[in-house]
Order: sequence, then C-alpha cells, then structure tokens
Amino acid sequence: MASIVAVIASTHHPFYYRASTATGEDRPPFADEWTRKILAFRETLTRANPDVLVMVGSDHFHQLWLDNMPQFLVGKAPFYDANWYNEEREFGLPRMLLKGQEDLSAHVLRAGLDAGFDLAFSNELRIDHSITCPIITLRPEADLPIVPIYTNIFAPPLPQPKRFVQLGQAIREIVESWPADLRVAIIGTGHLSLELGGPRQFGPHGPDPEFDQRAVEWIATGDLDNCLREVTLDSLHAPGNATHGFMDFMLMMGVAGAGAKADHVDTLDLFHTMEAYFTWYPNGAPA
Amino acid sequence: MSKYLLNKFLYTVDRDPELVERYRDEPRELVTWWEAERANAVLNCHTGEASTWLRFEEAEREALIAHDHVRLFELGAHPFLTLTLFIAMFERDNTAPLEYQKAFGMRLAHFALPYPDIAT
Repeated sequence: MASIVAVIASTHHPFYYRASTATGEDRPPFADEWTRKILAFRETLTRANPDVLVMVGSDHFHQLWLDNMPQFLVGKAPFYDANWYNEEREFGLPRMLLKGQEDLSAHVLRAGLDAGFDLAFSNELRIDHSITCPIITLRPEADLPIVPIYTNIFAPPLPQPKRFVQLGQAIREIVESWPADLRVAIIGTGHLSLELGGPRQFGPHGPDPEFDQRAVEWIATGDLDNCLREVTLDSLHAPGNATHGFMDFMLMMGVAGAGAKADHVDTLDLFHTMEAYFTWYPNGAPA
Repeated sequence: MSKYLLNKFLYTVDRDPELVERYRDEPRELVTWWEAERANAVLNCHTGEASTWLRFEEAEREALIAHDHVRLFELGAHPFLTLTLFIAMFERDNTAPLEYQKAFGMRLAHFALPYPDIAT
C-alpha cells in the first residue's frame, strides 16, 4: 500500500519566483529572508523522500471557465503543461512540463466517486501557479509525477467549507488505499486573508492580520472544530475578497487530520498578504 | 445585467496579447468589435458554434469603453479578472513598484462591505 510521507499546506505567492531570482537593484529587500524560509520549508519535503505528489490548488480562470465550471476536478493525464501567458506576463513564471501519475489519478477518481464526491476530470489539463508555485518552492527540479486536484474557491456558488474538509479527509483515505508501494506527499495551496481587485489590495500587510493569526493557529494545531465554527462562506468576505482560498487550507487540515499538530510551521509577513508554510509527517518525522 | 458577459470580455481579452494592446489603445473600437464578433462565441466548444443572445447593457458597454474599473467593480465584474487585465494594460506606466496596483485600490476606497455581488 502507498504511504503518505508528508502533508504540506502553503500559500502560493506568484511573486516568489521573480523575487528569489532577482539580483542587484532588482532584488527586493525581503527576498533574502523569504528565500531562507523557503529553503527550510523545501527541506521538509526533501527529507520525506516522496515518489509522487498529489497537488491541490485552484485554477485562476485559465482552463476552467464560467461556461462549464467544476467544483472539484482531478487531472488524469500522462503530462501536464504548466503556467499561462498572463502568468508569464505578470509574474515572470516559466513554462513547465510535469509528468502525471495516471494510475493514481484513476484511483482517486474511482474511489472519490464511490465515496460520494462527484469529481470532474480532465485528460488535458494545463495547470497554473496554484500548483506550480509549490513546485517552484518545494521541488524546483519538477521531477516527480503529480496528480493535480483543482477546487473552486473563485467563482460562486462555491461548496461549503466543511465540504473542503471532508474532501481532504477522503483524499487521505483514498491515497492510503492505493495499492502501489510508493511514497506519496500531499501538497495543497490556498490563501490567508487576501484582497484582489478591491480597495484593500496591496497594503503593507495582508488585509486582515487578526484573521491570519487565528488561521495560522487553527492550521498549526489542527483545530478543525474552531475553524469550522467560525468560517462560513459569508464570513470569508470580511478578511478580504479573495479569502475563500482559505478553504484549500481547510482541505489540507482535513488531509492532516483533526487535532494533528504541524511538525513545521513558519510565516512571513509580506506586503499584500501573509505567507504561511506547514508540514505534517503522518508517520513521524523522517530521520 | 450581464455580469457573465463582462467577465467573458475581461477573460478573453486578457488572455490574448494582441487584444490587450487593442483594448489599451482603442477601447471603443475593441469593445464594439468584441461585442459584435466575439460575445456569442461558445468558448468551451468547437470553433464555429455560437450563442445568439449575449449583449452588453449600455452601462456595461460604457464602463468597458471608459476603462472604468471602479464602475466594473460596482457592476459585479469579477475583481480578479478586472485587476489582471488592467495591470496588463497599465502597470507598464509605473514610476515606482506597485504604483498602479495601489492606485487601483485607492480608487475603490469608497466601497465598504458587503462588496457588490460577483455571483454569475
């Protein structure tokens, strides 16, 4: 049976690639500290020595559009091209090609459908920065096969927060029931408080540092009870108009399990949004 | 009110470098052309299939022609789509990092929660 060797949750900041590779006058003052934190975070995945990555993210109106919008979608393809013209234009992200782990995609789809999640699928999926940012931060060699899972945190009506948690719990069980004797890391990215295209965007901090503090505490301690009690589809408008991306963190809390304390917790207070990095080792920390 | 069509405009123009430039330079020409030629194209379908019923309301058409991102926000256009396209058109004129992005937010400062509904 497969083993889950790491569960990782993170923000996906598209500026990291450019900030971390910039030199001289172009290098922003926060780049060195940011890079140090990312290298420590990367080590948490490297130590787990995974064979396969299950990657949870959210398409930003690239391939998924309002004429045919899935709530939860699993990629099932031998390869995934990655990053889009407007991400090259705005963030300087490189084009990438990732291998797919198609048999695990098939297993996730079959078992997910049988568990009551009516998952959509795609046999030709070009993925975006919600999945490539953690590849860049955590596995820049981009050498491991992936199973991409997209959630809709973007185009209302959205699924309820508890549904994200339930899907995370199901993904954990489904991966653990995969017959292959391989080491799997499950990595998902979302947002803390975030405003995009509204009056609170690009401030000196995230739009709601108090929410961020509570959210980091919920994630770090696996406090699903308080998180689910406080977070609703309506409540997520208050910390910032793009904060529904926090539901992907809730999905990852579902993967990690209720009460699971993260083995690695780190944050970085940046302009515009707070960065946050979490790693759990379900079978204990690797030696 | 056709929030969906506003979003479709922002989405399809943003993802085509030639259209981004045309929209920056000749907004009235581009919006008029797009509504006549592209508004009804079914995107997730074989080329050549089209709908028959999609058109802007006057306020929407004028907001797009005026590059009026504040009005687009008020009309319920998806703010991520508006922001992305407007950065593509106007960030190049920055004289300091994030100058346009910050000004974009400042111009929306009179909006309080709840923001206009973006559900389509």
